[in-house]
Amino acid sequence: MWDYIKLAVLGAIAVLAAIGVQYGWDLPYKVNAAVVMLAAAATFIVTVRGMERPKRAANMGEYNDGVVRAGVIATAFWGVVGFLVGVIIAFQLAFPSLNIELTGILNFGRLRPLHTSAVIFAFGGNALIMSAFYVVQRTSGARLWGGKLPWFVFWGWQLMIVLAATSYVLGGTQGKEYAEPVWYIDLWITVVWVSFLLVFIGTLYKRREPHIYVANWFFLSMIITVAMLHVVNNMAIPVSLLSSQSVPVFSGVQDAMTQWWYGHNAVGFFLTAGFLGMMYYFVPKQAERPVYSYKLSIIHFWALIFLYIWAGPHHLHYTALPEWASTLGMVFSIVLWMPSWGGMINGLMTLSGAWDKLRTDPILRMFAVAIGFYGMSTFEGPMMSIKAVNSLSHYTDWTIGHVHSGALGWNGMITFATLYFLTPRLWNRAGMYSQSMVSWHFWLATIGIVLYASSMWVTGIMEGLMWREVDANGFLVNAFADTVAAKFPMYVVRGTGGLMYLSGALLMVYNMWMTVRGLPAKSAVNTNNAIPAQ
Amino acid sequence: MFAKQITKNSRTKAQVETTGHIWDGVQELNNPLPRWWVWVLYLTIIWGIGYTIAYPAWPMISGATQGILGPQERAAVAAEIDRFDSANGDIKAALIAAPLADIPADEALKAYAIPAGASVFKNNCATCHGSGAAGVQGKGYPNLLDNDWLWGGDMEAIHTTLTHGIRNATDPDARYSQMPKFGADGLLEPAQIAGVVEHVLKISGQDHDAALASAGATVFTENCVACHTEAGTGDRAQGAPNLTDAIWLYGGTRETITNTVINARFGVMPAWAGRLPEDEIRAVASYVHSLGGGEAAPSPAP
Repeated sequence: MWDYIKLAVLGAIAVLAAIGVQYGWDLPYKVNAAVVMLAAAATFIVTVRGMERPKRAANMGEYNDGVVRAGVIATAFWGVVGFLVGVIIAFQLAFPSLNIELTGILNFGRLRPLHTSAVIFAFGGNALIMSAFYVVQRTSGARLWGGKLPWFVFWGWQLMIVLAATSYVLGGTQGKEYAEPVWYIDLWITVVWVSFLLVFIGTLYKRREPHIYVANWFFLSMIITVAMLHVVNNMAIPVSLLSSQSVPVFSGVQDAMTQWWYGHNAVGFFLTAGFLGMMYYFVPKQAERPVYSYKLSIIHFWALIFLYIWAGPHHLHYTALPEWASTLGMVFSIVLWMPSWGGMINGLMTLSGAWDKLRTDPILRMFAVAIGFYGMSTFEGPMMSIKAVNSLSHYTDWTIGHVHSGALGWNGMITFATLYFLTPRLWNRAGMYSQSMVSWHFWLATIGIVLYASSMWVTGIMEGLMWREVDANGFLVNAFADTVAAKFPMYVVRGTGGLMYLSGALLMVYNMWMTVRGLPAKSAVNTNNAIPAQ
Repeated sequence: MFAKQITKNSRTKAQVETTGHIWDGVQELNNPLPRWWVWVLYLTIIWGIGYTIAYPAWPMISGATQGILGPQERAAVAAEIDRFDSANGDIKAALIAAPLADIPADEALKAYAIPAGASVFKNNCATCHGSGAAGVQGKGYPNLLDNDWLWGGDMEAIHTTLTHGIRNATDPDARYSQMPKFGADGLLEPAQIAGVVEHVLKISGQDHDAALASAGATVFTENCVACHTEAGTGDRAQGAPNLTDAIWLYGGTRETITNTVINARFGVMPAWAGRLPEDEIRAVASYVHSLGGGEAAPSPAP
């Protein structure tokens, strides 16, 4: 019966999407409708074929690791896609002739949101969903709640990524940084994200240990806060049900403030709190050491989530934003320094007693370097929020360097280490195919980040100084084009750093592939998959 | 307790207990908060309270607290602008009062006007003319470094061009002229156009077809000399370019000249009066005049 309802719904969606393809007002809408139609049709076919086979009841004595395996693959795949687009646009900035005029599709302006969304939401998002699913099961001693709902979250998220990517290159955007997806994709994200919340809370509810592990506090705060941020910042009224365009409900400086309240907390909760959740589980597991301080985790958790939410105005220093809001944003950003570092201390000190392993274990080394970059960028962030510093750094490449030392160093490195941790365990292998490739990946990525961040510091500070340089009579000395020309060598260095980072990721994908395809099973039954007896 | 406890490392500090919870083998030590961490956190909080008392910070029912020191941002910008305005006030007034033709000879005025003009140029004119004022060859953005002027290169002429612009729709006094679209509007036959193009190639000293060019000379005389003159040396009163030199606004090849004759060109420059104050327009005029092609004022008619 359930299957027939599902088929009816999928059929209806496919028909409605076909109508959208025919009558949509704009190209992004039509193409998105076509993607939805294909997705509904494919799901329809899979459902029909599934009905012919006898139902296999889920083994309740096992963790639901299938969806985590899918998440591992998706994370690696979207990571490579996101890094590749990043390398392309880095070289487009150095060599503008690489902006191929193909009705604008491959121009920097279209590819830039594709890059940011691919790395944050496709690579980072899959990493978060996948590791939240893995960690909440292990630390609760319970199989994921919700039957097939975790699979809906996984496929729903992939559909969102494809819809967003296809609409960006065709010009479908809300024009809000990191919130570019148009209104119907935003609605879909809300549905998928709430399902994610239900699966997570449902699993926590079934936990055996009376206390909720610290990693799960971070995951839960991430899921709840991102839901709130996403809904508020994307409130908009569609121009038509057949158009991708919409009108935001806020306007002017209120809209800007809402956008950066969202934008900064996308960093704070998606890229910081969520990834701290990963750190709090995978670092003690890989180091085989207890977490350094329970007290510190409580204090820095609550301080972090209380303070982060107020820090957004530092993105709007010296704009139409009133001075009082700017002051508050700066103060909260600086008070946020120690709560952020609480996570770094807890992560690094967890390694105490296991420092010798850094010499032999490249995976642990990746975790350690990730935590180091986390500490560095959470110091740099509060510093850049100081108005006097911001007046130099704002709108320059320094911001880009800051973001990437966090994104490549912290989010990227910890995700790579997590993938190396999970791949052998999920596929029942004794270890990764090649430890030396992991080591190579480590060095390629680390040197790549150093090239990236240092070149952006140099060009950022240089262009900031050039913009503000005035002569004795108070006249500006440099034309904007002079600053662009002066940045060229550093842009090439940045692109090279990105290329190294991408090469490391490709090496990782090969290593993962060979681990899954080339190595024998560790044991007849994957014990990592079994829920331990009480 | 459902998982195997992680093997106790011998180097664990003996006095630190765990919390007693185990999740999938992960335990937590009960280390105290690092003292330096706590103190730095307190310091940032105390500093934050002090800062928000000093400056505008807390939103109230109507408006926000203004802080003991009051709003700073706009006042700081205004003070800086005032400082330069008062420092430059006298020299600006002198620049506006001076006869244009006298400015290049006045060392004191020049010392101010040329760097000031360079700055204004880079932030307003560089978009089209390039940050080094070399224009964009072949795209219709003239090079201002040479002595080939469309509308005149003495201070008065440059100042007029800057003030009113060229062929814009906003200033009735803008410099204006329009070359006919000889091909597109059917004023000349294709064969005539081919001829006149060869003639232009000839007078500009390039390779050309001599037979076509001599036929084209007649076409040129009948159609082009009113603006470009008999010799093809152009007329600054009409902004008609000199066709006999090697400097081309839209390119001097057979192909681009043919395109110009067929479709004509219509380069536009905005009027800067109203966008820039008079002292800055004069500063830019001085700067452009100083770049190498500046001409002396024409001597008054005898």
